[in-house]
Amino acid sequence: MNEMQFLTWVRGTGMDIALSIFVLGVFWRLFEIYSLGRKLDIAPGRHRDGASGWHTIFRRSVPPPGMVKRSPVTYIGGYVFHIGLALIVFLFVPHIIFINSVLGISWPGLPSQFIDMVTVITMAAMIVVLAHRINNPVKRYLSTFQDWFTWTLTFLPLLTGWLAVKHLLLPYTTMLALHILTVELLLIFLPFTKLFHAFTVFGSRWYLGKINGHKGVPV
Amino acid sequence: MSATLEKGIRVLKEVIDAPIASYLNSCVHCGLCAEACLFYLETGDPKYTPIHKLEPLRRVYEQEYTLLGRFAKMVGLAKPVNDGLLEEWKELVYDSCTMCGRCSMVCPVGNDIVYMVRKLREGMAASGHTPEGIRGATKRTVEIGGPMGLKWPAVANVIKKAEAASGLSIPVDQPDVDFLVLLSSMEIVNYPEYLEALAKIFNKAGVTFTLASDAFEATNAGIQIGASDVARVIVSRIVDSAERLRVKKVLSPECGHAYMAIRWEGPNLIGRPYKFEVVHVLELLDDLRKKGVLKIKDKFKDPLILHDPCQIVRRGGVLEAPEPLIQAVAENYIPIVDKQKMNWCCGGGGGASAIHTEEAEALRAKAFRIKKRQIEESGVNTMVTFCANCRIVIEEGIDHYGMNTQLLGLTELLAEHLED
Repeated sequence: MNEMQFLTWVRGTGMDIALSIFVLGVFWRLFEIYSLGRKLDIAPGRHRDGASGWHTIFRRSVPPPGMVKRSPVTYIGGYVFHIGLALIVFLFVPHIIFINSVLGISWPGLPSQFIDMVTVITMAAMIVVLAHRINNPVKRYLSTFQDWFTWTLTFLPLLTGWLAVKHLLLPYTTMLALHILTVELLLIFLPFTKLFHAFTVFGSRWYLGKINGHKGVPV
Repeated sequence: MSATLEKGIRVLKEVIDAPIASYLNSCVHCGLCAEACLFYLETGDPKYTPIHKLEPLRRVYEQEYTLLGRFAKMVGLAKPVNDGLLEEWKELVYDSCTMCGRCSMVCPVGNDIVYMVRKLREGMAASGHTPEGIRGATKRTVEIGGPMGLKWPAVANVIKKAEAASGLSIPVDQPDVDFLVLLSSMEIVNYPEYLEALAKIFNKAGVTFTLASDAFEATNAGIQIGASDVARVIVSRIVDSAERLRVKKVLSPECGHAYMAIRWEGPNLIGRPYKFEVVHVLELLDDLRKKGVLKIKDKFKDPLILHDPCQIVRRGGVLEAPEPLIQAVAENYIPIVDKQKMNWCCGGGGGASAIHTEEAEALRAKAFRIKKRQIEESGVNTMVTFCANCRIVIEEGIDHYGMNTQLLGLTELLAEHLED
């Protein structure tokens, strides 16, 4: 297989396999989790719960008082690489073109020099949070194989994408093919690892808000 | 019914629901919950990270309710859940967790960690991995009537004394009154002045009330240990008595876990709503204050801070009543930084104060340092709180560290400063 055939495969068959596993995996995991259901609280609520679940979905994106000071690396590193990833995935023009080819929807993107800068910052933030995971006693204690594995899964598409755009290390075609391949690996493993928090985070915050809102505590 | 590992695992399977599945899938091992836990902060030992305390629950979830986990279990790759694991986790689930719920306030993905600890305790109790101290308290509550083994004559004695001191009559088993007053054993033994304070306030407010000779104990060790069947028996005593006496409302004492038990868990334990309303004593007092019934003759002068009990405030939702009440009676109330729903636990809630092993007591003393710092940084000598269990634990801490802090109960403080 030469580099062109490799690129063709990852763009065609490879992408089809990855997207199928991703989509089926996400639906299966969401079903597996949320079909467990829950017993409703019979105790009369303090007020009407209203939209307490929805409030918490937004409120939890903001750190509670005093917490940034206690763990600045986690918060700042976390914000930077999450926002960075979102900008890169959804606002880099070639990505929008790809999404358009799959879903048929499109939106304006950001200049590639800007995305370039964001990518460097995001990779730097990810290296900082990795170093923190290695050095911070709590994070190191909690870490399992999955934590190192998912970090790698997330980092590789960033690195290969950046190298491809910059024409560094390997011929463009090969690097682009590697970039697409690493994205496919990310898609395949996302539903079955802790990366799935990208989906469950909304349900978790909603339940937290709802359960505590019932008692009259905004969380 | 004897406890076995099989029962424990069966119970864990039963308690796992969609919120727990969602929470366990959302955790990214960021470790921020540790920064909200007094046991981690004061020991620096990462094993006290709240989410780590849930490992047995996580394993059961993964092996029973996920495709990959079931597969791993089938081919023998899954980490086992056995008696050894649960025994090892006993310290993490009971001694070093007061179910204060502060971790649930900070988790960035929105995991209600304390909700899961409560459920894990069901499995711990069913499998027999519970601390002797809480087990004893539970047994005494079921067999004798209260966690400290108090019987009605002791309560009757406190009533007599309160009647003599206040010159007011305190009715017992009187039907069709406004309130059925509940007590906690700690109050009966250590703070009998609470009842006298209530009698005075009720008299002023023209509110009718009674105590019930068959349902005076409000605390529920069944909830702390995690045995819902036992908790149901204990809460049913109050429900039966209140409904037989046709009271309009049941008054939860200051005690935090009592409030959690009777106000929030009770209806879910018995499987139906009550025919009465449950009110925390501070909610009633704040209501009376708003109506202008609570008239203060002179204010408490010394500067003081407030300790918000977790189960009443953060987890119980009595958020608004405490501050206006303390401001009504104290001239120099100083709000502290981490207050109200972000307050730090005394270190002895959730049944922890009933565990009297050397290790548990040493750990509690360490965890208390966070409260000690709050007191010292505020520069006051007086702290007010409204939970009998917090009071005991804080007084132990004050003694342990030889601190010069006076601790007061909010209801009594109000009663002392009421207009005659």
